[in-house]
Amino acid sequence: MTTPETLEKPEHDKPVARDWGGALSAAEAEPAAATQRNAPSQPPLKLYEARKQVHNKRIDGPFRRFKWAIMIAALAIYYITPWLRWDRGPYAPDQAVLIDLANRRFYMFDIEIWPHEFYYVAGLLIMAGIGLFLVTSAVGRAWCGYACPQTVWTDLYQHIDRLFDGDRNARMRLDKAPWGPAKIARRTSKWAVYLLIAMLTGGAWILYFADAPTLFMDFFTLEADFVAYTTVGVLTGTTFWLGGFMREQVCIYMCPWPRIQAAMLDEQSLIVTYKHWRGEERGSLKKAQKEPGKYGDCIDCNQCVAVCPTGIDIREGQQIGCITCALCIDACDKVMAEIGRPRGLIDYATLDQCEAEAGGAPPTPAWKALLRPRTFIYLGAWSAIGAAMLFALGTRTHTDLTVSPDRNPPYMLMKDGSVRNSYTLRLRNMEARPRTMEVAFEGLPAGAVMWTDAIGRNQAAPRQLIKVPANETRIVRAYVVIRPGTSAGDFSFTLTSRDEQAERDREETTFSMPGDL
Amino acid sequence: MSNNDKPRIDEPTGTEFVGHEWDGIQELNTPLPRWWLWTFYACIAWAAVYVVLYPAWPMVNKATEGVLGWSSRGELTDELAAADLARQSVFEKIAATDITKLPADPGLMQQAVSGGAAAFKVNCVQCHGAGAAGYEEYGYPNLNDDDWIWGGELSELEYTLIHGIRWEGSDETRVNYMPAFGDIFTPEQLTAVTSHVLSLSDKATGSNEGAQLFAENCVACHGENGVGMQELGAPALNDAIWLYGDEPSQVRQQIAYPRHGVMPGWSTRLDPVTIKMLAAYVHSRGGGEYAGEATEEVAPEIDAPAVSGDVAASAGSGENDNS
Repeated sequence: MTTPETLEKPEHDKPVARDWGGALSAAEAEPAAATQRNAPSQPPLKLYEARKQVHNKRIDGPFRRFKWAIMIAALAIYYITPWLRWDRGPYAPDQAVLIDLANRRFYMFDIEIWPHEFYYVAGLLIMAGIGLFLVTSAVGRAWCGYACPQTVWTDLYQHIDRLFDGDRNARMRLDKAPWGPAKIARRTSKWAVYLLIAMLTGGAWILYFADAPTLFMDFFTLEADFVAYTTVGVLTGTTFWLGGFMREQVCIYMCPWPRIQAAMLDEQSLIVTYKHWRGEERGSLKKAQKEPGKYGDCIDCNQCVAVCPTGIDIREGQQIGCITCALCIDACDKVMAEIGRPRGLIDYATLDQCEAEAGGAPPTPAWKALLRPRTFIYLGAWSAIGAAMLFALGTRTHTDLTVSPDRNPPYMLMKDGSVRNSYTLRLRNMEARPRTMEVAFEGLPAGAVMWTDAIGRNQAAPRQLIKVPANETRIVRAYVVIRPGTSAGDFSFTLTSRDEQAERDREETTFSMPGDL
Repeated sequence: MSNNDKPRIDEPTGTEFVGHEWDGIQELNTPLPRWWLWTFYACIAWAAVYVVLYPAWPMVNKATEGVLGWSSRGELTDELAAADLARQSVFEKIAATDITKLPADPGLMQQAVSGGAAAFKVNCVQCHGAGAAGYEEYGYPNLNDDDWIWGGELSELEYTLIHGIRWEGSDETRVNYMPAFGDIFTPEQLTAVTSHVLSLSDKATGSNEGAQLFAENCVACHGENGVGMQELGAPALNDAIWLYGDEPSQVRQQIAYPRHGVMPGWSTRLDPVTIKMLAAYVHSRGGGEYAGEATEEVAPEIDAPAVSGDVAASAGSGENDNS
């Protein structure tokens, strides 16, 4: 089973000389006394560092397969969701997930969010935040390693690289090869596929904001809105650039999340780590065979470096460039199996577990790190918010009445001596069908009547039926008149939906009289 | 490369020194990624292009103009023009609709009322007030109530807006002049007429002399029992609303030496559509009269509620809940 190429160390598989603050450097420090400012003998300093292309090697293993599964699921959700349909009747869109910015509605399957209910979205954001805390406290940077869009798309693009240019060594050779027709052809065709993926990514995004089939047709017949084309253009550009070329640079230099996570990790968080007490001192198989007992399990084959999508050496310890995708675990386990050593030289473990193990304790299963109060507190908070939101969604009413009395003028004397007040009523109908609502008042003297701007004074009555279109708030100006000689103060408007739901709302307001002010 | 040429390395971090030292504190070299430098250069290039294309350098009076000729003022002008264009179809529809037919189209009526509200704020609030409630002390009438000297139907309101009241600019302006009875009546007669006028709305007890004088001098215009006559612009005297006040001294003053309010006609300043929209707005304030409507107050307590507006036609009155 041992193939020579997996075990031999090819020249180009040397660890990429990137210093993440590790102690790799072997150079000796000169005594400080010998320091001379701008010593002429020193070579020019490199203040800017060129990016070193990462050519990660193909690997198979449980974590790689898990990563495949997450990638397929994530991409499938992203591309398929806008095409799902959901029947909401004739007055509402039939797209299952739709962010209707123009009409200020957010549809998600059976849930419809209005702007005044934006706290549900705030709740979702809080859940997303606590969810990240939960995941970080339980499994460290799992978000970075598996689910982050930058990771998913980088992974996708690295597979494209492999598809066009072969595996690690072939890609390195091609990189070094001079530009000729063959290389130009390979590069342009690969970049064309990059661009295609980028356009599909940007194209799918806009489908969440309008009816997907319509927008899809409009887009290609050049009838879509200008903003649709700009959005697709910008997202195509960023996907092409960030996924195709910047890749790990985004994680290391641009993204704030690794830094935040670094602050959230502690000795009980799961990280991907190299068990140096077991691996050191490193030596090749040949050396180890020559001098048994001198060398540890690490045969310095550099497979962990070769498969790393961010090009780091995990043996240097925890570092910002490690997204904990665990591909190095797959690579190392494979080598350990080949040389007949137990798996897990590189493995998920907490720093506490590492310390115990280094001190001679038997290895603890990694999942035990999940059993600690912090994980359960986060899980509890996360579930409580989710349950509270579901409860609120399930019990919310679909009607609402708000009343604002006219303040200028506050009251109006009519020619027969009666007093009129004017009110602006907002009747909200959150059902996807037109409804008839009855508006009446309580607490006004007998003989009081009202009419609205939609009907004449000749139809004034103590209560009015008002039709409210589906999914809308209807604004009605209402005039209330009390008879001469009577007087009024605080009273209420009531709203009743004239359907089997018979939902009610009530809003207190006041009736101004001459001399009140 | 000799040993001396090697960069010196900071042992704990493995990072090379830059070579700068201040009182023993040395600077380490942590290189920036090179693409960051390119981004920086790209920003400089962007800035250079921007300075040429857009207003940038402040000069004595104004900034350099930029070859694109863009300005925020110009953008505002364009946006206003675009908004006007968007309203064009509504304006044309209002222009083509006779004002008496407006209420038949609730959506259009709603738009006319909204447009009128905006025009009212610019042109009318100076006298009639922001709430259209007028000022009694100056004799500017309240437009919210249901008492109309010259008529409260849409067409009457439009006529008043076009031609004004006692306005020199129009031959068809609404005009009337009440004689100054201070030169005709004796003070005692003035007192008697004042009491009679106030008695019409139960504010005082009248006298035979007052009634006699009223019948001889006032009924011709103000009508029997002071019901008023809109054709002549003679106000009703039997109701609760008094343009110049309902105190006996105010009523007496108005009989003796009447004030005559003036409103300019707006045909020379506003286009016909705006005037139509203003009429619709004033009518919508709650006191507007309808053709053929009984002038008496409406029959109260109708127990069968009226359904307000047709939904399909009044879609314009619904709005998204974005407030």
